[in-house]
Amino acid sequence: MTGEIDIEEQKIWALLEEVSDPEVPVLSVLDLGIIRAVKITEPLQKSPFPQDAVQGDLGAVEVTITPTYTGCPAMDMISMNIKLALIEHGYKKIKIISVLSPPWTTDWMTEAGKQKLREYGIAPPKGSVHNQWADPSESNEKIECPQCNSTNTKLISQFGSTACKALYQCNDCKEPFDYFKCH
Amino acid sequence: MNNYLTDLTLHLADTALILAQRNAEWCGHGPILEQDIAITNISLDILGQARNFYQYAAQLKNDGSTEDSLAYLRKEREFKNLLLVEQPNGDWAQTILRQFFYSAYLYLLYQQLQNSKDEQLAAIAAKALKEVTYHQRWSSEWVIRLGDGTAESHQRMLKAIDNLWSYTGEIFLASEYELQAVNEGMGINPFLLKNEWMKKVKEVFDEATLPIPEKIFMHSGGKEGKHTEHLGFILAELQYMQRAYPNSEW
Repeated sequence: MTGEIDIEEQKIWALLEEVSDPEVPVLSVLDLGIIRAVKITEPLQKSPFPQDAVQGDLGAVEVTITPTYTGCPAMDMISMNIKLALIEHGYKKIKIISVLSPPWTTDWMTEAGKQKLREYGIAPPKGSVHNQWADPSESNEKIECPQCNSTNTKLISQFGSTACKALYQCNDCKEPFDYFKCH
Repeated sequence: MNNYLTDLTLHLADTALILAQRNAEWCGHGPILEQDIAITNISLDILGQARNFYQYAAQLKNDGSTEDSLAYLRKEREFKNLLLVEQPNGDWAQTILRQFFYSAYLYLLYQQLQNSKDEQLAAIAAKALKEVTYHQRWSSEWVIRLGDGTAESHQRMLKAIDNLWSYTGEIFLASEYELQAVNEGMGINPFLLKNEWMKKVKEVFDEATLPIPEKIFMHSGGKEGKHTEHLGFILAELQYMQRAYPNSEW
């Protein structure tokens, strides 16, 4: 039985790959690293016996997520999209649990996610959170332009189009771009 | 039971909510587009922190309260926010200085609060600390830019200091519930953060060529629900929809 649940959970993880971040549609919730746990509480029993079909409709799952930013307005929409994706695949009872601890950092973002961000035109978070936040005044790492890869860039504003991004400009190709803040 | 913990959580929630509301008043009125976006982004971060604290307070109260009822249906005397955050926006200098005083304090507070024995307060603080770090850096840079800027901007910073300094004393004056929370290993005594805060303010003011004011009379009472006349007007606007159309939803 445990084995079957494991397989079913694996399927849900695969399914979450299809749920994207509404603000940055190229990223899935898995790329972002905001899914903490998936737990099947009542498996979707595909009974081989038709007379058990009533039971076959059971399907309860708990998905634990964590917000990227405290005030991120996309979180409600992400929760809803996860629910919709699971409903589409036959689940009836879906519980989304939001946890704050341990806090999400950009280190939770996958390498694939960072690559997708770059291709999308957003400079991915650079470096690791741990050294960067030791001293808040010491975050002058050179950010790479996602258009021409030059590191000759300048910060325009610490706050960009969404809470998680800062606004930069490339001094070489002159293009402005968003930088996904490392935090 | 655990009234002190509920009160402390509400104090943190109310302070965040009122400042978020004040900052949001700048939406569409910022001096330049980037800074309009910055101040409203900060407002959003702080509102998110307020929501986390309200959700937790509602859970602690366990009497049917929700994050919304706590924000929209409590009266002025029930709000425990710092007097500093309810002060009017004034000009950009005053808004910046208020933000700097608050962020410099929260940065120190959250650093300690993330080790609280209360797991939820610790989690909220750890999460919010990263955002507050940005707010502190941004507001410090603006204090320096304006203080060490033109004669006009320097003058406006002086006026802002004059208007706000007397509301900073209260931050470090521990309330009963803060002290009780300290005894239980859940809260932080704000008085113990005062020296560090003064050090930060002095460092930024020095660079901004601004003077630290002399010792003056300090207002207090916000933590116990005694507010300046401004809070009533803020709540009148903030709570209008729920008061006029009870239980309305978007």
